[in-house]
Amino acid sequence: MHLYKLNHIRQLESESIHIMREVAAQFENPVLMFSGGKDSITMARLAQKAFWPGNIPFPFLHVDTGHNFPETIEFRDQLMDELGVELIVAHVQDMIDEGKVKAPKGPNPSRNKLQIPTLLNALEEHGFDAAFGGARRDEEKARAKERFFSHRDEFGQWDPKNQRPELWNLYNGKKNHGEHFRVFPLSNWTEMDVWQYIAAEQIDIPSLYLAHERQVVQREGTYLAKSDYITLTEDEEYETKQVRFRTIGDMTCTGAFASDATTLPQVIEEVASARITERGNRTDDKKAEAAMEERKKQGYF
Amino acid sequence: MSNNDTEAQKYLDMDMLRFTTAGSVDDGKSTLIGRLLYDSKSIFDDQMEKIEESSRKKGDEYTNLALLTDGLSAEREQGITIDVAYRYFSTPNRKFIIADTPGHVQYTRNMVTGASTANLAVILVDARNGVIEQTCRHSFIASLLGIKHVVLCVNKMDLVDYSEERFKEIREEFKTFSSKLDVPDIHYIPISALYGDNVVDKSDNMPWYGGSTLLYTLENVQVDSDYNHVDSRFPVQWVNRPQSTEYPDYRGYSGQVAGGVFKPGDEVIALPSGFTSTIDTINTFEAEQEEAFSPMSVTMTLEDDIDISRGDMLAKPDNQPTVGQDIDMMVCWLNKEPLDPSGKYAIKHTTKEARCIIKDVKYKVNINTLHRVEGDKEIGLNDIGRIKIRTTKPLFYDAYKRNRKTGSIILIDEYTNETVGAGMIL
Ligand SMILES: Nc1nc2c(ncn2[C@@H]2O[C@H](COP(=O)(O)OP(=O)(O)OP(=O)(O)O)[C@@H](O)[C@H]2O)c(=O)[nH]1
Ligand SMILES: [Mg+2]
Repeated sequence: MHLYKLNHIRQLESESIHIMREVAAQFENPVLMFSGGKDSITMARLAQKAFWPGNIPFPFLHVDTGHNFPETIEFRDQLMDELGVELIVAHVQDMIDEGKVKAPKGPNPSRNKLQIPTLLNALEEHGFDAAFGGARRDEEKARAKERFFSHRDEFGQWDPKNQRPELWNLYNGKKNHGEHFRVFPLSNWTEMDVWQYIAAEQIDIPSLYLAHERQVVQREGTYLAKSDYITLTEDEEYETKQVRFRTIGDMTCTGAFASDATTLPQVIEEVASARITERGNRTDDKKAEAAMEERKKQGYF
Repeated sequence: MSNNDTEAQKYLDMDMLRFTTAGSVDDGKSTLIGRLLYDSKSIFDDQMEKIEESSRKKGDEYTNLALLTDGLSAEREQGITIDVAYRYFSTPNRKFIIADTPGHVQYTRNMVTGASTANLAVILVDARNGVIEQTCRHSFIASLLGIKHVVLCVNKMDLVDYSEERFKEIREEFKTFSSKLDVPDIHYIPISALYGDNVVDKSDNMPWYGGSTLLYTLENVQVDSDYNHVDSRFPVQWVNRPQSTEYPDYRGYSGQVAGGVFKPGDEVIALPSGFTSTIDTINTFEAEQEEAFSPMSVTMTLEDDIDISRGDMLAKPDNQPTVGQDIDMMVCWLNKEPLDPSGKYAIKHTTKEARCIIKDVKYKVNINTLHRVEGDKEIGLNDIGRIKIRTTKPLFYDAYKRNRKTGSIILIDEYTNETVGAGMIL
């Protein structure tokens, strides 16, 4: 007998494509938040699939802290060319220059928090009413609570105690003027699913994800890459290590770890045996127990 | 390398089971999920360290595994679950998507959210309290939502001296109640979520229990495909008309198959127009497909140019959905503002948006007895009742029992935009 069965990764893919089309149909002015990390890259592929042979019917938005890995930017620009989508870059530096936010100081001057007003400002300025994010529920405990269609009030805030019911695959994107939605097509994907998908689909990824030699400094239990954006304290010094990154964010807060995984299958093997979560190396999440929830409430990705 | 390839293929080919927890507040749902994740070694070290530290700070005697799913600060403060948490884990053959839902009556709408996409419900009962109103409410909701498999876990067996007699009593109580439900497959397991008895490992404390552990049950339960592969239904979600020189004349209809099987060459009827045509191609990004079935997302092209837009449906001429504007359904009410018995609401059904007016409230269901309360027409928060609506446009639907995708509908308040009702078409 012929079995009509879709394996788990194709089920996830189909769910994500359904959500992307739903957003394109329900909203007037959607945008895809693109960070250059593996989840954004996976979203880009899914968007391409959802609308093929048509083009992706929305622009991409990158909130640029100015503290990016050069590899990320290079990769980003190349991918945008290939996809033929419009890229909008919202610069944290512009917000600082315009006096809308203040630049932090210190040895790890993380601009993580400044991404929130920069993002909200960009959404408002362009009148975006839905923004796709690549967040997954398996990443973090506050994210595990989020709906696919997540409503934001006119201040861009999330109210986790009062989320709309979300039934079956019927997504309610109705809202009042000035409000918007964050939409997370990868909600049900795990880190492993994303890697297996990237491998199966042979999707290009930035070289940062594979083991390479780099100058790093050990700080707070992780390796931070050498860059102009961090200053060494007196008893710190750079050393050369073979490392790779599990997530890609700012150079000031994304930690690398020692690894020999130079190919995708090796990366997958490493992920399979990992004993800590991928955000375990992000100093931005280490600061407080509810650090992510607090940032999300204010409008973080 | 070839070894790696087969490993990777095995991963991609895994089966998927979506399950939800259910049961009253404090029956141990979150603790159980924590225990399941912990004993199946699905917890990362940094997650464990964090919850050990939180438990220590709160002065708990043992590490509170419920903190693995109770991720909001308000939940940690109050020690209860407020909203659904989704967790993921896999064993070699199956990937699990868990929705850990709140037991508190006030948050029933969040339980409904978690259960609406589940194939199986793990319902917990506190061995000291037995089957109580909230157990009945959740079991009834699970059954209404079409969940065909239930694992009833009698939890906190450690607090009743692992008594076989107590387990049997509760099993009988639930059997009596559930005979009135539409759940064909029910398993009963005595457990202690706190100490891990019969969760992943067999309990030494209950030698009298000869059945399987919870994990074994979850791994092996035969979940018939949740999808209907008989009645062909394709709600059109998006009309794909590339404005490009490469595809100047392409006109495709994109959507997710909601039932049945479609193949190139098949004759299809477009609703509501009633025009028929033949499927020319079924496209996805990677290739032309020989067939499409639920839940695939595809784009179809037809041999004739007919007028089709979002919200329309493709079906087979000899097997069409019901087309109508007067619809009978069970509704689960999700808002503190009660159902207005002559009110107007926005609705969403498949990819169609319309409005409706409530024509009649037939009865409300008494959750404990499952009796119909004919006189009571006030459907408030967490109530379940039967209503009749009239829609502004015809819907193309099937009974919810026959097809979850073409039989489900949501009601939306037109002023607050909140989703207020979950409807299951009869
Ligand atoms: N003795 C004993 N206590 C348990 C057991 N399972 C859970 N508990 C305790 O029961 C209390 C409630 O557990 P939770 O897991 O938060 O209950 P819940 O069902 O998730 O509650 P809500 O999500 O708020 O509905 C906690 O104090 C647990 O430690 C058990 O098997 N034995
Ligand atoms: Mg709970």
